[in-house]
Amino acid sequence: MDELRRIEINTPTLARVEGEGALELAITGDRIESLRLRIFEPPRYFEKFLEGREYTEVPDITARICGICPVAYQMSAVAALEQIHNVTPSPWVRAMRRVMYCGEWLQSHALHIHLLALPDFLGFGDALTMGKAHPEVLGRGLKLQSLGNELIRLLGGRSVHPVGVRVGGFHGAPDAATAAAIADNLETALDDATELVNWIATIEVPDVTKDVVTVSLRCPDEYPMTGERIIASDGLDISVDEFEQHFREEHIPHSTALHAYYHDRSYLVGPLARLNLNLDRLSPRSRELLDHTGIPFPSHNMYHSMLARALEIHVALEEAVRLLREYEPPDRSWTAHEPCAGTGYGATEAPRGLLWHRYETGSDGLVRKATIVPPTSQNQARIEEDIAGTLVALGLDLPAEQLRFEAERVIRNYDPCISCATHFLRLDLNRQ
Amino acid sequence: MKPRLAVHKFSSCDGCQLSLLNLGATLPLVAELVDIVHFAEAGPVAEDARVDIALVEGSVSTPAEEARIRAIRDNSTTLVAIGACAVSGGLQALRNLADADDWKHAIYARADQIDTLATATPVAEHVRVDFEIWGCPVNSRQVVGALRDLLSGVSPKPSREKVCTTCKQLGLPCVTVARGEPCLGPVTNDGCGALCPALGRGCYGCYGPAGTLNTDALARQMSALGLDGRSIARRFAQINSHAPEFSAAAGARKDG
Repeated sequence: MDELRRIEINTPTLARVEGEGALELAITGDRIESLRLRIFEPPRYFEKFLEGREYTEVPDITARICGICPVAYQMSAVAALEQIHNVTPSPWVRAMRRVMYCGEWLQSHALHIHLLALPDFLGFGDALTMGKAHPEVLGRGLKLQSLGNELIRLLGGRSVHPVGVRVGGFHGAPDAATAAAIADNLETALDDATELVNWIATIEVPDVTKDVVTVSLRCPDEYPMTGERIIASDGLDISVDEFEQHFREEHIPHSTALHAYYHDRSYLVGPLARLNLNLDRLSPRSRELLDHTGIPFPSHNMYHSMLARALEIHVALEEAVRLLREYEPPDRSWTAHEPCAGTGYGATEAPRGLLWHRYETGSDGLVRKATIVPPTSQNQARIEEDIAGTLVALGLDLPAEQLRFEAERVIRNYDPCISCATHFLRLDLNRQ
Repeated sequence: MKPRLAVHKFSSCDGCQLSLLNLGATLPLVAELVDIVHFAEAGPVAEDARVDIALVEGSVSTPAEEARIRAIRDNSTTLVAIGACAVSGGLQALRNLADADDWKHAIYARADQIDTLATATPVAEHVRVDFEIWGCPVNSRQVVGALRDLLSGVSPKPSREKVCTTCKQLGLPCVTVARGEPCLGPVTNDGCGALCPALGRGCYGCYGPAGTLNTDALARQMSALGLDGRSIARRFAQINSHAPEFSAAAGARKDG
């Protein structure tokens, strides 16, 4: 009979993630008995207080779900509401939404790589300490992050909860000289992004691969930011409107974030899923950069998420430069429309993955019902499975401190945005 | 020894902490001025440490948060509430006007497992707050400015002037006068740079009620622009619905 040994570890806080949660892990001998990613970020009930608000307020309200990815919340919302109001955004609006989205990817990805994830791989507790040993790395990252924020400000006035987006387009348009100046700045950063990709590809990561279903948007000829089709690695190809027929959200008692499942299975959204499914949508220059790393894609190693994020920084810079080089101020920055009753669906690629919204409105212009499926709740089941798989692959006999570190590192790969779904993670390790 | 700083998050979107994390090249410089002992998103974690300055983001919306804010107050010489959530309850304080229990049951299948309060309230309703910085979100200039003041032994004195003042300073045409847009600028704190009017849209009040204000006069103006009572009420009761001045202005008009 096994001798029962009970070890409890309390790690008060998982640092460097957005939001508040805890990890509970019980190990008996060579088996994981239970593993739960507990998210207890307080619920804020956005879907309920959107009811009864004017549809025109929605982009300002949904932005407040997340300080790191407000643009994504605005973009999915306006896509859904424009479907209801039969508005087809003008080519200028479509292009500028893409530019603004590039800004959000740039700032969010640069923040995640440099301030949240990299210290794990370089052996530091936090980015500022890391920056003393590697000032050029941190400096380059903060520069890229700042450029992303500048790009959001170009169209939104400010980078957190920008104020420029409205149903039908933008409240205002920047002048040509400002747009040109930002394009110049972004162009100089392309070399930084190239260096970043090449450098991140040299960082050694654990060789743990998993066969998981990946899901992302798909566009006819561009790398997806906004889009009308949702695809999965198993061949699924559906319109954004059909999401609920294939994906469902479930309330798991240990979490204030709902867990989403695809045909009853966990699935992956986010940069690695997007890149794997849209390699043929990369520009020749971004594709060449990725190929040059020598790391084969599609990759099923979650630790390549950081590389995927770095490549998407390059994608975002290149795309924003291209679009801003063609910039001309429009006659009108938005399309007029009248309130109407209906149901609309919108999905865009937030930095952390697919962000799906559904709204019902009345002819009085008030929201009747809102449903929002954020990327982190879609990844949550996958994160739990990944922690279990990774710890088993690395060996459950590792010292408890190392198990904790590895579990946290897996979690950070997903860049969970816990305010979106839910800020600190506590590990209760129960080993018998 | 450098002053010790903690950054705490309560119920929020994380956006006000970004006033520090988005500083770019200035971030390492600001970090040199203080010893950051707790800032979970940035890495350092020591929630119960004694500090000279605590920046608190977010509103209090769970029993655990009620206990945590009291402990932070006990451990902090100066406590600064940053952002709409911490200062007025924020957007999620809209639950205070509704039956939050119904909402919980509508969203969560196992609502009994969700341990929240019926209200989301500002920090000052729970503990003494030394300074408040309004904004949804606060911006870097405000937060770094307040830090520099505190480090210099000066009391931060955030402006409580109105957005209208900024528009005049910037020479922006009034969106209400020129375009008939309803605008909360006459009753809202400045500090944002009049971003909305600069884009041609009305202010929606995210910096909270200004120091002196006349919400009745503004409501009459909005009414003259054709808005009904409910629509005017919604404008006052949005980001800062729990701020007394906005709450009263909304409450008086919500039924028509």
